[in-house]
Amino acid sequence: MLFVLPALVVLSLFLIYPAYFTIRLAFYEGSFNFGFAHYLGVANFKELLTNDKDFLDLSTFPPGGALINNLRWVIFYISLSLIIGLGLAVVAVRVRYERAVKTAIFIPMAIAATAVGIIWLFVYSPNPDTGLLNALIRGFDSGFHPIAWLGRPNLVNYALIFAYIWASVGFVMVVLSAAIKGIPAEIMEAARVDGAGEWNIFRRIMIPMLSLPISVVTIWLFINVIKVFDIIYVMTGGGPGTSSRVIAFTMYEETFLNGRPGYGAAVAVIMLVLIAPVMVLNVRRFRSERVVA
Amino acid sequence: MTTVEQAVPLTAQTRSERLIRFITRTPIHIGLIAIAVIWLVPTVGLAITSFRKPNNIASSGWWHGITQWDWTLHNYGSVIHATGMGHAWVNSVIITVPATILPLTLGALAAFGFAWVSFPFRDTLFLAIVALMIVPIQTSLVPLLKLFREWHLNTPHFGISAFAFVGIWVAHTAFGLPLAVFLLRNFFITLPKDLIEAARMDGASNLAIFRRIVVPLSVPALASFAIFQFLWVWNDLLMALVFLAGQPDKAPMTVRIPYLLSTYGQEYNLLSAAAFLLMILPLIVFFSLQRYFVQGLLAGSVKT
Repeated sequence: MLFVLPALVVLSLFLIYPAYFTIRLAFYEGSFNFGFAHYLGVANFKELLTNDKDFLDLSTFPPGGALINNLRWVIFYISLSLIIGLGLAVVAVRVRYERAVKTAIFIPMAIAATAVGIIWLFVYSPNPDTGLLNALIRGFDSGFHPIAWLGRPNLVNYALIFAYIWASVGFVMVVLSAAIKGIPAEIMEAARVDGAGEWNIFRRIMIPMLSLPISVVTIWLFINVIKVFDIIYVMTGGGPGTSSRVIAFTMYEETFLNGRPGYGAAVAVIMLVLIAPVMVLNVRRFRSERVVA
Repeated sequence: MTTVEQAVPLTAQTRSERLIRFITRTPIHIGLIAIAVIWLVPTVGLAITSFRKPNNIASSGWWHGITQWDWTLHNYGSVIHATGMGHAWVNSVIITVPATILPLTLGALAAFGFAWVSFPFRDTLFLAIVALMIVPIQTSLVPLLKLFREWHLNTPHFGISAFAFVGIWVAHTAFGLPLAVFLLRNFFITLPKDLIEAARMDGASNLAIFRRIVVPLSVPALASFAIFQFLWVWNDLLMALVFLAGQPDKAPMTVRIPYLLSTYGQEYNLLSAAAFLLMILPLIVFFSLQRYFVQGLLAGSVKT
């Protein structure tokens, strides 16, 4: 018991108590020094979900706001990372220079999101002489007018998402590639002897056998999406206007820049609610693993 | 690679078969190499930019730098001295080292307790810690900041400026602990039971067993967690932004670079050098300890 005591004290004081504090604060307006001032009931949540156009705006088409932007992240970031990562894992395993390819793709995993932001600011630079992407397109089409990728509300989210995919695909690839190597060679061989084509082997053997690692990676990507903040803070600051804000960004902005701690706490609680299913899943998986062992 | 290669011994026997195989595989090679290049180019571009002269950067893309051969180290000199990035690099180290060692130590002790010492509610407590792994930082920022202010854990004390970092050390420790306990406990439990029982028979105390047997046998797991936590803290922006707000002289590189961006937004020479300084330490760790590095990241995938 003495061994676990220091950890339990630290966790209770600095993790569990703060979570309780934030949940409670979400029902208050909150004062400048983060006191429980002005009880509001669920008004913060009501305001966020029905009246705050920067958080959720269903009146326009396509709908807007931080929550919808985050939904875009969920859809495009998760699906593209999975497709690219899985494709690379399947293909890289067949070539001799596998290690070199994997290293090249994994390197961004070591780079801080702050640096990823700077790297992609250079790539997206609107100046066609110095910005790689605009220069590349102009190389194919000399009449091309350079695009400010981060300056257009309809493009900015996708530009950010792609930069973050670039930083995350290495992880997806490494996990799935390890899983592919774990598939017994006899199974693949038997299928080949039976005349199955590569596509059928991929679809009917690999995908089913990879379902567990794929779900692990999907959860990891989902957690990443819900907490994404750094890269947006560095590259766009939520702009232009409010068009690239996401949930975590709203939480930071409302709490620390707009001086609305209660409102920010409500956003944090929404994040917690979105992530809670993953918590249940983790505990369940851990329990079932122990039963098997 | 080996498993698949072994699985297809039927191919590549005659010369024509080899030729067919080569032709059908060409698209794979082209695609794969193209993607690897796409993935490398942005980073290489940043690195090259950081060694070019400001007027070259402004007048032509970094890819001209490959043929121009007009390189300089001056950008690093300016960014380290004039913009305080050297100081920020030191701050990053001051924040990262204790924020890695503390959760590693507390986590290893607790993990040993959960793995090899029996006490009431052990399994329930452990499950609770598993659940805590995914609590988002955002739910702790405000209460921790309030706590640190009230306890004066984020301002210098007794003339010792390192006191200002106590708050962020504690915050990172609390956030790293659940993962440390989870990973290390799962590793410790795989150690041979006989070994630990035998040591107990010989009258070794739990602490002695922990120090003499468990820790030396668990170096790979400890290293994996240490690297994960190091990377997490070194690359963290949000916690430093919140807990060290208003103290620019305490800011780590991740906070200092966005500030640089807002003041010198068009000075690519400074920005690229600063970003490269931020990347260099994790990249060195990556290339020198690749196996632990990948394992650490894989192991940390359950954390928010």
